[in-house]
Amino acid sequence: MKQELSYRDSVHRMGRVWILSALAMMIAVPVAICIYYSAWPPAGGILKGFLSVAPIFWTVGAIEVFTYVPMLGTGGSYVGFVTGNLANLKVPCALNSMDRAGVEPGTEEGEVISTLAISTSSIVTTLIIALGVVLLSQIEPILESPVLQPAFENILPALFGALGVVFVSKDWKIAIVPLVVMVTLFLLVPSLAGAVGLLVPVGALIAIGVARILYKKNLL
Amino acid sequence: MEFNSNSTFMYVVVSIVIAFVLLQSVVFFIKAWKRGKELGMDTQALKKTVGSSAVFTIAPAIAILLGVIALSNALGFPLPWLRLSVIGSLTYETTAAAAAANAVGSSLSQRITDPKIFATIAWVMTLGIIPGLVLVPLFGKKIEKGIANIKGKDSKWGQIFLSGLFLGMISAFLGLVFAKVHTGLVGWIPVFVMFASALLMMVCGLIRKVFNAKWIEDYALPISLLGGMALSIPITNLVMSLVG
Repeated sequence: MKQELSYRDSVHRMGRVWILSALAMMIAVPVAICIYYSAWPPAGGILKGFLSVAPIFWTVGAIEVFTYVPMLGTGGSYVGFVTGNLANLKVPCALNSMDRAGVEPGTEEGEVISTLAISTSSIVTTLIIALGVVLLSQIEPILESPVLQPAFENILPALFGALGVVFVSKDWKIAIVPLVVMVTLFLLVPSLAGAVGLLVPVGALIAIGVARILYKKNLL
Repeated sequence: MEFNSNSTFMYVVVSIVIAFVLLQSVVFFIKAWKRGKELGMDTQALKKTVGSSAVFTIAPAIAILLGVIALSNALGFPLPWLRLSVIGSLTYETTAAAAAANAVGSSLSQRITDPKIFATIAWVMTLGIIPGLVLVPLFGKKIEKGIANIKGKDSKWGQIFLSGLFLGMISAFLGLVFAKVHTGLVGWIPVFVMFASALLMMVCGLIRKVFNAKWIEDYALPISLLGGMALSIPITNLVMSLVG
């Protein structure tokens, strides 16, 4: 027990240093642009742009922390939140890897598998994008060919269709109500598509509520 | 200094940050690997996780690369490259850049040549992603303690609670697949693709059972993802020919 605490604590300590350094470097980029080109934009413009995105971005960002940290584990969170693309890549990757390895999230083994999955995914993503930028002139015609466009437009349905089979079939009793609610919601209010980040915790609360009732009635 | 969004200066600045983040992933990878060995986990299982995660990542990473290309028309390569390799996600970055350009009376339909407008866009994109980087170090440990408390009181309920959390997320994204249905048959394409991919996943499960092919288990998700994406092409063509 003591060793587990010390491992997690050391990941937290290391993670905090890395994530705050990453934050400092991120902020240094626009600062560097302003200094190098001596182009200081009017604060009003930045504020106006910021205010038009912050209400959604900051809310979704905060929600992501509270929903994804329990799924990603300690090390996975520190890597995942720095490298981004959580819902469309890192979270499915971590969940699937833990499921395949037969380990539970939140356990020591789950922590190891999740961190390995997310770091691998981050490294591969970074390398592919870097390679893509370098080889762009060769691959751009292929990537942007009209034949392939449907494939990239439908990446989320293809991802969550497969993932759904794995996780819905495991706990269909818990899944059915949030699924019906979410499908109905998007059918009735299609404009919610832009705010899917805000609906993740709604779905989670419904699922957890249903699970609690079923659990109390000994139906799980 | 003459401004150019594809300047060597921009490439250098962006490469430094990307290299730093890449290093972070490597450091955490090594730490987790060592920890796995310490816990006596099977090396083969660890390798499988790495292999299947790498294969799974390829298609989504190429989709992200397409996002970089899309934004590069207005912003050059370095900035979109950075924002999509570090923290960003496709949907947010495009929205943020467009909103920022809009706020200063510009748009992303042409190459940004005014360094002040470019800097504004860079600032807004950066400020928009701060919460995760601040909240994880601030609350990460507390959130974990909360989950540990739930598990400590009742470990079975703890597992169910986490399953509920996953399923909530999965239901939201499965619901999203239906968001375009109101536009008619073309809006059903994502729904058909979702079912195609789900079917492939079931076929993988079946092959695993019938032929006892355990290897397919590890690659079932990438197979279904790529298969679903590939099938979206004939599905789209079929729907388009029906719609006329």
